[in-house]
Amino acid sequence: MERIIKNGVVYCPLNGINGEKMDISIKDGKIVESVSDDAEVFDASGQIVMPGAVEVHAHIAGAKVNVGRMMRPEDSKKDAEGTVEATHRRAGSGFSVPSTHMTGYRYAQMGYTTAMEAAMPPLLARHTHEELQAIPILDHAAFPLFGNNWFVMDYLGEGDIDSCAAYISWLLRATKGYAIKIVNPCGTEAWGWGGNVHGIHDTAPHFKVTPAEMIKGMAEVNEKLRLPHSIHLHCNDLGHPGNYETTIESFEVPKGIKVNPATGSRDTVVHGTHVQYHSYAGTSWRDFESAADIVADYVNKNDHITIDIGQVTLDETTTMTADGPMEYDLHSLNGLKWANCDVEMETGSGVVPFIYSAKAPVPAVQWAIGMELSLLVKDPAKICLTTDSPNAGPFTRYPRIFAWLMSNQYREDMLENKLHKWAQKRSSIATIDREFSFYEIAQATRGTPAKVLGLSDFKGHLGAGADADVAVYNMNPDTIDPSSDYMAIEQGFQKASMVFKDGELTVKDGEVVNAGLKGKTFWADTQVEQNSYNAVLKEVERQFVKYYSIGFKNYPVEDEYIAKSAPIKGVML
Amino acid sequence: MELVNNVVCPFCGTLCDDIICKVENDEIVGTYNACIIGHSKFVHTEGAMRYKKPLLRKNGEFVEISYEEAIDKAAQILVDAKRPLMYGWSCTECSAQEVGMELAEEVRAVVDNTASVCHGPSLLAVHDTGYPVCTLGEVKNRADVVVYWGCNPFHAHPRHLSRHSYARGFFRERGRADRTIIVVDPRKSDTSKLADIHLQLDYNNDYELVDAMRAALKGHEILYEEVAGIPRDDIVGAVEALKKAQFGILFFGMGITHSLGKHRNIDTAIMMVQELNQFAKWTLIPMRGHYNVNGFNQVCTWESGYPFCVDFATGTPRYNPGETGSNDLLQNKEADAMMVIASDPGAHFPQNALHTMAEIPVIAIEPHRTPTTEMANLIIPPAIVGMEAEGTAYRMDGVPLRMKKVVESDLLSDKEILEKILEKAQELKASK
Amino acid sequence: MSEIILTPKEQPQVPLEAPNIKPDVFAGKTIDEIKEVEINYGNDTVKLSDFFDVEGTPGETAGEIKIIIDGDVSNTKRIGQQMTAGEILVKGNVSMYVGLEMEGGKITVQGDATVWAGQNMRGGELEIMGDAGDYVGSSYRGDWRGMNGGLITIHGDVGYEIAEYMGGGKIVVKGNADHMPGVHMSNGVLIIEGNVTSRTGGEMSGGTIVVKGVIGQFLAGFKYWGVEKNIQVDGEDIPGVFYKFTGDNAIKGANGTVYVAVAGNKHVAPE
Repeated sequence: MERIIKNGVVYCPLNGINGEKMDISIKDGKIVESVSDDAEVFDASGQIVMPGAVEVHAHIAGAKVNVGRMMRPEDSKKDAEGTVEATHRRAGSGFSVPSTHMTGYRYAQMGYTTAMEAAMPPLLARHTHEELQAIPILDHAAFPLFGNNWFVMDYLGEGDIDSCAAYISWLLRATKGYAIKIVNPCGTEAWGWGGNVHGIHDTAPHFKVTPAEMIKGMAEVNEKLRLPHSIHLHCNDLGHPGNYETTIESFEVPKGIKVNPATGSRDTVVHGTHVQYHSYAGTSWRDFESAADIVADYVNKNDHITIDIGQVTLDETTTMTADGPMEYDLHSLNGLKWANCDVEMETGSGVVPFIYSAKAPVPAVQWAIGMELSLLVKDPAKICLTTDSPNAGPFTRYPRIFAWLMSNQYREDMLENKLHKWAQKRSSIATIDREFSFYEIAQATRGTPAKVLGLSDFKGHLGAGADADVAVYNMNPDTIDPSSDYMAIEQGFQKASMVFKDGELTVKDGEVVNAGLKGKTFWADTQVEQNSYNAVLKEVERQFVKYYSIGFKNYPVEDEYIAKSAPIKGVML
Repeated sequence: MELVNNVVCPFCGTLCDDIICKVENDEIVGTYNACIIGHSKFVHTEGAMRYKKPLLRKNGEFVEISYEEAIDKAAQILVDAKRPLMYGWSCTECSAQEVGMELAEEVRAVVDNTASVCHGPSLLAVHDTGYPVCTLGEVKNRADVVVYWGCNPFHAHPRHLSRHSYARGFFRERGRADRTIIVVDPRKSDTSKLADIHLQLDYNNDYELVDAMRAALKGHEILYEEVAGIPRDDIVGAVEALKKAQFGILFFGMGITHSLGKHRNIDTAIMMVQELNQFAKWTLIPMRGHYNVNGFNQVCTWESGYPFCVDFATGTPRYNPGETGSNDLLQNKEADAMMVIASDPGAHFPQNALHTMAEIPVIAIEPHRTPTTEMANLIIPPAIVGMEAEGTAYRMDGVPLRMKKVVESDLLSDKEILEKILEKAQELKASK
Repeated sequence: MSEIILTPKEQPQVPLEAPNIKPDVFAGKTIDEIKEVEINYGNDTVKLSDFFDVEGTPGETAGEIKIIIDGDVSNTKRIGQQMTAGEILVKGNVSMYVGLEMEGGKITVQGDATVWAGQNMRGGELEIMGDAGDYVGSSYRGDWRGMNGGLITIHGDVGYEIAEYMGGGKIVVKGNADHMPGVHMSNGVLIIEGNVTSRTGGEMSGGTIVVKGVIGQFLAGFKYWGVEKNIQVDGEDIPGVFYKFTGDNAIKGANGTVYVAVAGNKHVAPE
């Protein structure tokens, strides 16, 4: 099947295309150089054409996401949608944590075609995959949590990188996981006893390993296994005033490790996630202020790192993370309901509703910090725009964030009329007049995430050979002035005029027309030397049967859980 | 004889996954490791009476019909109804439940599972307070104080104690000896006999007791000298024991979810566990009954946003147990047709609900003769999940495991039956 | 003033849902247009005139419209949902959610209501001359923000958990209340002139409850302050002699107040 999207204004940063009028040709689900005259024609005159967007970090599937839905019927009630029989669109509900079908539709409506579930407890991997399968349209992957895994903590406490690599290789395959996710290393294990760690040189009770050693060891394992993505790091001390020092120290740890992916074009060794929550100065909530300028400066000066933002959207939302102690602290602070799930041998999690009120001082500064980070990091090849959905706000607010970044006038309106005055007093946001271009938006939502995830061979761009994931927005860059027409920008990005997924027209005039599409599951299929692998596994099994509550053979996720398997092969040197 | 290892037991929410089935001539003839109830389930797949063919009631008598006829009939009943109820789900696997959700949406039904009559109150409490839990391995590895409130695992979850509370774990090398077990139950039970402390409270006074404990936890004097039949000093003593834990776990069951006040008992118990975290690590786990009752709550939540009692009447999911629960619909005489799958409301629902069931068309997707099938107009027999069909189930603590297909069956699985009904319902609706 | 009279025809077994029966929807419509207003019948959508005769004088704005339901609608849910102005008079019983999320105007039910009357009420007045069920003036599942304005008066008895998560406004019950009135209440006033079965004010963090009748078991999480005479609540003088309690101290920092008439309640005072 051939298709051609004609006369659109194309933004494709990975190929350096900045607003050129050109045609995009599609054949058999891939972008091609040209198609025959028989191709079905889609007119995109006067419209923006971008690659399908790539979500680098969100919580969309799995145990804690579902607990977020389950414990908040009041959130589900305020945003529910009915069945659309004509297009077989399924019903659903949830403002901050939409149900699975709604998640797929809403991402697709904004032009997103790939999304990462950023935290998968390995023991509960089947759950994550069952939900990912129930999310239509989106290609996806899930990041297993390693930062508090007992085996990893033991290996790295002893400096045994090779055994650790063998174990992680096995676990990625067993859980059909994609990348090494590290959340509050050692801290969530300490939460097993109700504690936490502070800074990167602390240790959890019983274990003789520090967060710094965990970060460094896993970064080495990551490159040894030649994984597509870098380590994905949620630093220690999330949300604590004064935590920027921990953040920069953590980023510094893996510096110098040689980048070594088997596929893709990643050139960094660490991805710092939701850095807004990690860029705080001060010593308490009273003298709390932004340290975004310091963190942005670090990112500007270093090339081994990418970050995503975790932009606060000023909504009532649901926070959820594997950072168990952080969620307990949040519950103690706001007094709202609290879910927690400690997962044996591996990790934990917490869920708490949160109201980011624009009129309250702290959320106003948090908003400003996210904006500062996006605007002060000079090169959008180093940042991905996220809300850490649903933590700082639901992903459905991305269009509003794009509009904030593209319009200084919009930000000024926020500062003057909507936000608590701390936003101006405790940050530098009022002094920044930079405005993102469409090209830069495409970088931070397509090119950069695809590249850092190691998917840029076929995601995040519109060159020949790429997956035919294309988003078309009914905004004419020749006539629209994002600086003043910011509401039109927000509306334009909220509902794409056309979205193609693997070449199939999936969204038309902002509505999903192909609701039944199933996405691919990416996972990391790495190789390690067989003898040492077998020896490591034998020892893992010995420990496993003693301390897990399920059988070793019942741990690996069966093939039945992956409808469209897309292993990314790595080779161990 | 062949041995099939690592089989997951399709009985209770403990979901033991170390069962070995002895198979001869494609029949399970024995087990290793299973408890007496699980063992019986494995070796008596035929039950008192196993249906092998769909049955339709004609003039009061059941007559055999083909699967195709049964599926047409089921779809017709559901499509014709103005307020269909689809109930059960807790003894089948998750992909069947997913198809069931789509079917409920298609025919604009109310869909509900057996949580409605077991841990439904816990879910309502979770809405108000949250859900601080852990997986069962955490109990084995860390717990030094274990509370069983209103439950009797010795009989209801027979291997729960040995697998989790008596087991040796990483930080509890001596197993039972390293733990204090507290039972809160108005009855003397076989579980309470094993306890270090038995708080024998008055019936229907769980809320009063927790209220007093929570006040004491915050340093307030308990207003009365005795609460729920327990002296003030004993209550204070119990609270101190909870505070001194390193890792505490509260297991709770029907004795508290269904005593007076229902969800409010769980609400206040959850909040007490949350508050105990100021002093020690504390979590809880509900003692779920049916092996996959939790799985349906998971599926229903990710599909619709709500865990059970979902009303698709307007096409948009709505939720309010008390209105949209199966007993509400039946007792208020709202339901005008009912599909029952993987459960037996005929044996467990109150009389008022059964009266309505007797008056409306009832479809039973059920392998065995049960009180429900006795009331049914149409019986469609499935292969039994966990023995004859595979799929996911969620343990009481949320750990998902894959139920095994140990032996073959000629019967359609729950999922296949539902898929066919869905397809037929879509066809009927399109031609309307 | 416009009066629109809805006379129930034969009512179905499967319930109707009629959030559209309210002055806000009828405003600016002719009688013929009102007949066409949609209501839900199970999983079908039907016209108001399928189940009601409609007559009377139409009105331009909600504030000038009085809807009279001339008969029993005990199988119709959601009457007056989110209404902001005008009046509804029901000359019979109603089903669930009468006055749900009501913001203004007045609803009077001459018969009984069932559960969730005045759930999440924001303003206006809801008066039930007969009994009501559980959860009068409660919140929606999971929401810690319940009724925060308006007045609900129940002349008969009520069920469990009335004023659940109440955060403002006033509820007066002339009859008896079953378990847990004012559970999780944080503000507002709840006056019960009859008896309460048990657990008055369980987990309340604020607000005031006055019980003039006899209460069953009381909660040990409260603090006892002694006897007060002729109390004043929300600007209203309430004569009589009351035991005063504050709590529920099961909740951290709670400052709710419960007054219980001394007469018949000696068993709740701790000494």
